[in-house]
Amino acid sequence: MTESDFLEAVIPFKDKVFRLAKRLLVSTEEAEDATQELYFKLWKNKNKMSDYKNIEAFAMTMTKNYCFDRLKSKQASNLTLVHSNYKEKETALEKKVEYKDSVSRVHQLIEELPEQQKIIIQMRDVEQYEFDEICEMTSMKPTAVRVALSRARKTIREQLLKAHQYGVS
Amino acid sequence: MELASIEKLIVKYLNAETTLQEENTLKNYFTGGNVAPHLQEYIELFSYFAIAKDETFDKPIRLKTESKVRRNFYRLSIAASFALMFSVFVGYNQYQRYQAEKKFAEISKGLKLLSNTWKKGENAVAGLYAYEQAVNKILD
Repeated sequence: MTESDFLEAVIPFKDKVFRLAKRLLVSTEEAEDATQELYFKLWKNKNKMSDYKNIEAFAMTMTKNYCFDRLKSKQASNLTLVHSNYKEKETALEKKVEYKDSVSRVHQLIEELPEQQKIIIQMRDVEQYEFDEICEMTSMKPTAVRVALSRARKTIREQLLKAHQYGVS
Repeated sequence: MELASIEKLIVKYLNAETTLQEENTLKNYFTGGNVAPHLQEYIELFSYFAIAKDETFDKPIRLKTESKVRRNFYRLSIAASFALMFSVFVGYNQYQRYQAEKKFAEISKGLKLLSNTWKKGENAVAGLYAYEQAVNKILD
């Protein structure tokens, strides 16, 4: 596999990898590092890559595992990842919508979900993967994915509803 | 799309039973404006999902080099090992010199002691000579 073949195969989903990493690691810098590291790993394993039917799913699984490892090592060193720990660089996302309060509230609500639900909501509602792809990436059973997704959606919806009822908007 | 079917889709959505196509229908409805008042809370949810996908990774992807941090560590370790070797070398030299100086001081002290005693003996012998000469003079 040459370098250009490789890039052609992996470039299309670089943003998805980045967004998943950012969802889990919170800070943009960490997510950029993780993405870079992941592509480096993929490049080193390029010979094995042809064994995988779906390279994208393989990459997403690797991203997920890599981020979990990072989070674990953070916790081990007693560093919790809180949003306030980081000064966010201005991202395209924020520029585009001027980061409205209501939108960042959804962001915040997703951040408070358990990791597993966070991943699944990112994969389904943001990246719009099919259920069988999500099962492959998370190595979970279809019912488990649906239960987690349903739980995540209901949690977010309830919180949003609460906010609206109290007129905090 | 009429409200009843949207409401039905929402129930399915919350139970995670919607297809991607149905979810897109919902997304279009809620981001298109003109949303029923009792469904307002979904607007921000679906507009968030719509824009969350706009974030991109724009940096070039490096394949050949290792990540910066690791490479720095690598260089740092080489530099550190050189520094260690150098300091051991210098320290060893200093130590040798110190040892040599100590030995020199000891030897010169010993020699001084020897020469002092030697001088004493010489004086005594000289006294003895004087005595002998005196005795010889008297005998002659």
